[in-house]
Amino acid sequence: MNYQSVLSNAVQQINPSGIRKFFDIMAEMDDVISLGVGEPDFVTPWHIRDNGIYSLEKGFTKYTSNAGMKELRRELSLYMKRRFDLTYEPMKEILITVGGSEAIDLTIRALVNPGEEVIIPVPSFVCYGPIVTLCGGVPVFLETKAENEFRITAEELKAVITDKTKLLILPFPNNPTGAVMEKHHLEEIAEVIKDTNIMVLSDEIYSELTYGSTHCSPANIPELYPRTIVVNGFSKSYAMTGWRLGYACGPAPIMEQMTKIHQFAIMCAPTASQYAAIEAVRNGDADIDEMREDYNRRRRFVLEGLRDLGMETFEPKGAFYIFPSIKKWGLSSDEFCETLLSKQKVAVISGSAFGPGGEGFVRICYASSLANLQEALDRIRVFVESLPVKD
Amino acid sequence: MKEILKILENDCRTTPAQIAAMLGMTEEAVKAEIERLEKEEVLLGYKALVNWDKSDKEQVTAWIEVKVTPQRGFGFDRIAERIYQYDEVESLYLMSGTYDLAVTVTGKTMMDISMFVAQKLSTIEGVNSTATYFIMNKYKEKGHICRALPEQEERMMFV
Repeated sequence: MNYQSVLSNAVQQINPSGIRKFFDIMAEMDDVISLGVGEPDFVTPWHIRDNGIYSLEKGFTKYTSNAGMKELRRELSLYMKRRFDLTYEPMKEILITVGGSEAIDLTIRALVNPGEEVIIPVPSFVCYGPIVTLCGGVPVFLETKAENEFRITAEELKAVITDKTKLLILPFPNNPTGAVMEKHHLEEIAEVIKDTNIMVLSDEIYSELTYGSTHCSPANIPELYPRTIVVNGFSKSYAMTGWRLGYACGPAPIMEQMTKIHQFAIMCAPTASQYAAIEAVRNGDADIDEMREDYNRRRRFVLEGLRDLGMETFEPKGAFYIFPSIKKWGLSSDEFCETLLSKQKVAVISGSAFGPGGEGFVRICYASSLANLQEALDRIRVFVESLPVKD
Repeated sequence: MKEILKILENDCRTTPAQIAAMLGMTEEAVKAEIERLEKEEVLLGYKALVNWDKSDKEQVTAWIEVKVTPQRGFGFDRIAERIYQYDEVESLYLMSGTYDLAVTVTGKTMMDISMFVAQKLSTIEGVNSTATYFIMNKYKEKGHICRALPEQEERMMFV
């Protein structure tokens, strides 16, 4: 059978991740230090795990309501107010999803018609473009620049807006650059889109991991609040990646439609994860603060280490990634990563995996032990010192 | 200062250069701060956490609850001092509650510890009674779980 002929056009337009080969090579090697996986190296705090276990012991194994448990949504509403000064009505404006990823998918599917354009700042997390493509939408990539600290600027945004623009994605704090957008930067963006119908999807999965400033959401800007869907989740802030739990907050008429898709595609988020999450939002603020402090120490350590090796490195202000430039050695990002892996057995991710604008950089995840980071820095030093510097 | 202590408490092998990088300080400043902390006896030592059960050295630890009569003018201090001078004594705490001093003692065998309690500890003037509990298994020591935690297999390679 010719399977190509039966597959949808949209799905065939999506390319699989180009770095699978890289990981196949890595899987065959021993003694590799991997700074490639973007997830916390902490285990979920015990009191949170315990609440998940307790729910299972009590036999709470049935579906919850589609939008998620009321108690969890009420706790999240308090959390959003307490941590970010954002107001959302728990029953109408908060939807519990399977990871932040599902919330991103739902938002795009609920908003984008075929032919409509979605502005995606890059380098960024890899999922936005493919989901837009699946909806028949057109991804419009906006390359952020190191000299702008990888933020989008009002001018750059204006230049890509057309009458087909439907949605602007704001992935900050950013994976892979670690860039953040502060209040006055967001106000400039608000100025550009306030008189349009452009909606905003703010992917704030790293909102609890900012260093030196508190996270500001586009929804904190009055002109943006009514047009913003905030996506967040438990994975990064509470080290709960495997629990697959996230949420979306936004205007009720949009959440209602997203809930419809969620209801048919997913039913509801996993019940045990929701119980664990109630404990997390209710009693987990101290865990977040402690983990952030820990990441911050490693962030400064790796930043100084990389600069010391002569790598031009922008200081990341959020998430747990650092995104040094490797341009001075004249290798492509892919070549740099593949050679570093084969010669020194350190796995970092090629910037080009994160879309246009990532070429010339590599992503290092510093959510790894200090011993690993030190060893990785030592090996990277040996590697870069063996490379000729391009004039 | 608190930050340096936290880092060292977690791993006392962290070098001043590493600490300096982690905290955005200079190496000299970190060294000076550590020196000060040592001088002021905030930093008492840099010992390794050893799981003797996994070594070929046999040893036993006991937790001993001691009731004493405090002495006029000295309270518990003098008796405490007479107890902690023994090398066998690993830790000594003054407790609230039904007894006064908690002593942990390590010896080669249970017999060693029994002898210590009978001949040394209980004969100290002012010690009224002792209750000895042998530690059968250590699960966690100084925040460290005494066995390797399993690693999750089949993790996603790229997020």
